[in-house]
Amino acid sequence: MKIRLEIYLSVLLTALTVVLCRGQDNQNEITITRPTSGLGTTPPIPVSIEGFGSDVTAILKFDLYVQGFTFVAPDAAQYQISGTSAGNVVGRVADRFAKTTILSRSYNGSTLRGQAHAFADDIVFAITGKKGIAQTRIAFKVQAASGAGEIYVADFDGHNAKAVTDDGVIVSAPAWAPGRSVLYYNSYKLGNPDIFYHNLKTGDRHVIAHYSGSNISPAASPDGSRVAMVMSHGGSPNIWVAGADGSHPKKLTSTSEDSSPCWSPDGQWICFATKIHERRVLAKVPAGGGEVQVIRTSGTPNPTEPDWSPDGKWIAFTMQAGEFDICVMPADGSAAPTILVRGEDPSWSPNSRTLICARRSGGHYVLSLLDVYTKQVKDIRQISGSDSEPAWAR
Amino acid sequence: MKMTKLVYPMILALAVTLAATGCRNHKPVGVTPIGPGQAGNPNDIGAGGTMGGGGAGGGEQANINDFDSMTPDRAALAAYTVHFAYDSSVIRHNEEAKLQAVASKLNSDPSTKLTIEGNCDERGTEEYNRSLGDRRALAAREALAKMGVDPARIRTMSYGKDKPVDPGHEESAWSQNRRADFVLLHPKTGA
Repeated sequence: MKIRLEIYLSVLLTALTVVLCRGQDNQNEITITRPTSGLGTTPPIPVSIEGFGSDVTAILKFDLYVQGFTFVAPDAAQYQISGTSAGNVVGRVADRFAKTTILSRSYNGSTLRGQAHAFADDIVFAITGKKGIAQTRIAFKVQAASGAGEIYVADFDGHNAKAVTDDGVIVSAPAWAPGRSVLYYNSYKLGNPDIFYHNLKTGDRHVIAHYSGSNISPAASPDGSRVAMVMSHGGSPNIWVAGADGSHPKKLTSTSEDSSPCWSPDGQWICFATKIHERRVLAKVPAGGGEVQVIRTSGTPNPTEPDWSPDGKWIAFTMQAGEFDICVMPADGSAAPTILVRGEDPSWSPNSRTLICARRSGGHYVLSLLDVYTKQVKDIRQISGSDSEPAWAR
Repeated sequence: MKMTKLVYPMILALAVTLAATGCRNHKPVGVTPIGPGQAGNPNDIGAGGTMGGGGAGGGEQANINDFDSMTPDRAALAAYTVHFAYDSSVIRHNEEAKLQAVASKLNSDPSTKLTIEGNCDERGTEEYNRSLGDRRALAAREALAKMGVDPARIRTMSYGKDKPVDPGHEESAWSQNRRADFVLLHPKTGA
């Protein structure tokens, strides 16, 4: 009887141990692969780069690093990138495992830098099937210690930067009209924080919101027909939506601590930061008016500065728990946010993979690119002073 | 497809409007001045606009054009700057005497008006701070309204964290930077 019980018990224990170990194994597998999103945990793709001059090599490495690639010796690379850059860029990409050439092309744009960026985009497309970001543009603000600043536009890596204002006043929050060479931004030029419309092609600019109180944080709708902003002439800072020229402003919220509106890519929603029941939260409101809905961002206190990815899948934002961190969450709320790196005010690339954000460095900001899958970060070329509030043209 | 077809005439109409405004002012690179009837003027809001329904901050603000034409005097009320706790726009009890002084000054000369400028310390994100600074100014406006000042004589603005009085990176500096400054406005002489 006793022996039987012991045997029975030991069999049971063994079975339990096996089950428990299996369970643990499964757990480990899940922890390692993170099949839900891959945000911040995806290993970079190993590539080698050979044959180009040092300038073109540096451009290719920058462009690929911020899109999730890492650089290794040719015999360790998954893809071997090679070519020459004497006069113009001639490039080739070989798949070392499949032993095939997947890209072979020569470039003849006006500058070697431009040719290198074009090649980088072709590399990204050949390897990932996704459109690259190496020929995109950004806008940002550059601020002097006095507080005055100017709005700048530049290539996505900070090169070819050019000031588009010359007012010597406080400016903030540049935002692109999608698909157009048009910026909205906030300027104190008229002695009040007002919202300006600025056509960069013609130089034409207009004030579209100049009311008592704040007129700040503009965001153009995906179709360009409307602009969302924060205004306070109604008695508290609220989200308003107006026509692209500022006409017929309509107040969308009656929460009283609103900031940083952004649009869902389908133009249906405006996401913003606010305070509800004494908690700082992200929320969304139908762009045509309606009920404000809280977006759950568990584990990431004090969320601000949301930006909805152009593919509609993600919302990036800044959380504040002492320091500031960049977070990304599924826009449908199906998973908790992933905390990525230190930084503020994220703006999505047109292909919804890389973020540009501002990072505190001493008493000022620098702009950096962040690949959300590998968490690889690199500073872009800086303008002297404090560079912040980036907006990616898309 | 239908949506796209509708959008083009709208964009075209907008472009024509903007081009026309630009031509009229002959200032393609400058700033189109604000005038009556132009977009951006509160008088311009059509029947569809919803100007009302202000929050708790003393209600809707008066037309900014009533303030733009006045002469600012930064010295007059400089002694009465109100300070705030971290990430708060609540007026603390020990600051109320300063607000009483501002109210007395305004009530002694009905020709004057007031700009309240809200400011923040460097903690907090940029646009959040711009909104927080505004809430501080609006809280001061509401307090003055309760002390009998007509809120239509007060406008608010925020500098966020762009105008610290102390550029330091510690609490002694931050506590000075979390503030609302009062700027007295006089009618333009000869106006």
